[in-house]
Amino acid sequence: MKCGVVVFPGSNCDHDIYHILKHIFKLPTEWVWHKETALAQFDLVVLPGGFSYGDYLRAGAIAKFSPIMKAIVAYANNGGRLIGICNGFQILVESGLLPGALMHNPSQKYICKFVNVRVENSDSFFTNQCAANSVLQIPIAHGEGSYYSDPGSLQRMNDNGQVLFRYCGPDGEVDAAHNPNGSAENIAGIMNEAGNVMGMMPHPERCADPALPQLDGQRIFNSMINSF
Amino acid sequence: MMAKIHINFKKGVLDPQGNAVQNALHDLGYKEVQEVCLGKYLEIRLDGVSREEAETRVREMCEKLLANTVIESYRFELSSAN
Repeated sequence: MKCGVVVFPGSNCDHDIYHILKHIFKLPTEWVWHKETALAQFDLVVLPGGFSYGDYLRAGAIAKFSPIMKAIVAYANNGGRLIGICNGFQILVESGLLPGALMHNPSQKYICKFVNVRVENSDSFFTNQCAANSVLQIPIAHGEGSYYSDPGSLQRMNDNGQVLFRYCGPDGEVDAAHNPNGSAENIAGIMNEAGNVMGMMPHPERCADPALPQLDGQRIFNSMINSF
Repeated sequence: MMAKIHINFKKGVLDPQGNAVQNALHDLGYKEVQEVCLGKYLEIRLDGVSREEAETRVREMCEKLLANTVIESYRFELSSAN
């Protein structure tokens, strides 16, 4: 499984995901600079976390017009596997590859902490190595992660099994008390209808290196490797 | 020509910054404040386009980049003055 990690000006989790893919999972992994206009043959492309273009205007709004994005949209529309983590998720919703929008946290605070997320669909390319309804501990680190979508498209996503992760309590309770950022229906991660594009606010690459005690992020990487 | 563009959240979309400003105004004693919408304001200077072209192109800029129409609405005025 050959992986590409896109680097935008202001990406800052690009090295983390590169390290996990290349050194922990031993996958051939390459950098993709945002100025490039063509995409090499990849089996997985990652839009990493960070603050592309300083989050100016809106998080992800300017990155969606980076030269590489045309090739990435074409790749995704052609069935290519694409994931966006945190700022990468923001870029995916801005570019229309995923539905909805990511807004300022209602608290107006940048939130950086471990949260629990419940696996809502364990039958996807991205989650097939997670037990159904299992709870993963994964850190979030964002100021603009409040997921918004109109009721109609929320309904469609629920019907299609596109919601992959919801913020929850330690026993999987999905409620307002365990919603760190006011996301609609506690949504932490979704995929597109075709099931090849995934975006999530939590950072699985920050909990996938055995040098650290928490390894729940590995289930997501193992899922992708398993179904490749 | 100058385009003056206002971008605000659509009705029903939570505006946490507007709410925080509203609370601050209440704390200062401005009890008459009913609602605060905190949006963005841009001034864009245009050159070499007719008014009709400007109208079309500024709308396009709003749709493509300046506003996220999932959550935001926009309006703009064109003026020949600076």
